[in-house]
Amino acid sequence: MKNRFILPILAVCLAFPSAVFAHTRGAEAVGFLSGLKHPVSGLDHVLAMIAVGLWGAQLGAPAVWLLPVTFPIVMAFGGMLGLIGVKLPGIEMCIALSAFALGVAVFREARPNLWVAALTVGFFAIFHGHAHGTELPPGSDGLLYSIGFVIATGALHATGIGIGVIHRWSAGRICLRAAGAIVAAAGIVFLWQAGRPHL
Amino acid sequence: MFALAPEAHAHLTTSGLGPFYDGLTHPFVTPEDLLPLVALSVLAGLRGARFGRFVLFALPGAWLVGSAVGLVITSPALIAATRTVVTITLGALVAADVRLPLASVASLAIVFGLFSGGLSGMDLARTQSGALIVAGGACAFFVVVALLAACVVSLRSQWARIATRVAGSWIAASGLFMLGWALHKG
Repeated sequence: MKNRFILPILAVCLAFPSAVFAHTRGAEAVGFLSGLKHPVSGLDHVLAMIAVGLWGAQLGAPAVWLLPVTFPIVMAFGGMLGLIGVKLPGIEMCIALSAFALGVAVFREARPNLWVAALTVGFFAIFHGHAHGTELPPGSDGLLYSIGFVIATGALHATGIGIGVIHRWSAGRICLRAAGAIVAAAGIVFLWQAGRPHL
Repeated sequence: MFALAPEAHAHLTTSGLGPFYDGLTHPFVTPEDLLPLVALSVLAGLRGARFGRFVLFALPGAWLVGSAVGLVITSPALIAATRTVVTITLGALVAADVRLPLASVASLAIVFGLFSGGLSGMDLARTQSGALIVAGGACAFFVVVALLAACVVSLRSQWARIATRVAGSWIAASGLFMLGWALHKG
């Protein structure tokens, strides 16, 4: 009987040569782990990323995979803009707004055209990426940090999609709408925090 | 293009196990090489076994040629920039699941192999065990393509194929950050 998991396991083992990681160039491990942790360090990021997955699950195919495919690329574009010094106005406000808007979309089970949903997600992705791109901790490897938070962001989307599977049941749909309401309420709090004058 | 080049510093690894193993482990600790290698393997796998078989030999072969050329040329900027563009392109192609003809996939494999090998060759010019390191690197490329393309070829469920497209988007995103970091340092 063929074991279809042998090859993937072998590939993963080859991809992580422990002997070599003992001889890293500098702060690569720190950079990758920092990047992995960064998206989960802010509740606004976490809720928005999960909401993307929830909304995608509600919309069904092809949105359920199109949104998580689109988001990282557009987010990286925003990150690139941040890295090269392009300033975007109202980063924190837009990040907060993303949590609110996506939460409302989940709460209302909004079903716009696919391109509208993709544009909405893409618009907010730019601001999330820009924020990540300008927040590299000192002493870290930039590229590995970036790879880390791309992976973490994707994992958050997958979490949202996984939770969103419950929408196939009527009780699950209610739970999802409640989750959307919570995310939207949190978005209002984030908007207030972002908008209040800093003393 | 020169302004886009990431810092092409000496990036050969020291595994402590000898030059062959230094070369063998090099792609796995160099994300600038690993990301496009993974993307290319997945792209070939998505197109089928025939494509995978071609890339399996074309990529390490091109890498060997590129390494040899890199021993004598000294302009890493353009080469590093090309590799970044190839990374973004490969990731985007996987994400879009574009059904490219064999000639296109082969061209991408050869271009990536040549430029990645070229950069390694430039670093090898400063070492004494270049041949073994190159051999190890080529073996690593061969093994990754063999395993990864075979995994992707064997995928049957639609969700598995979608997961590979998501991985492609991550690679394209990482490539965009490579570009961003290159411009940031420049």
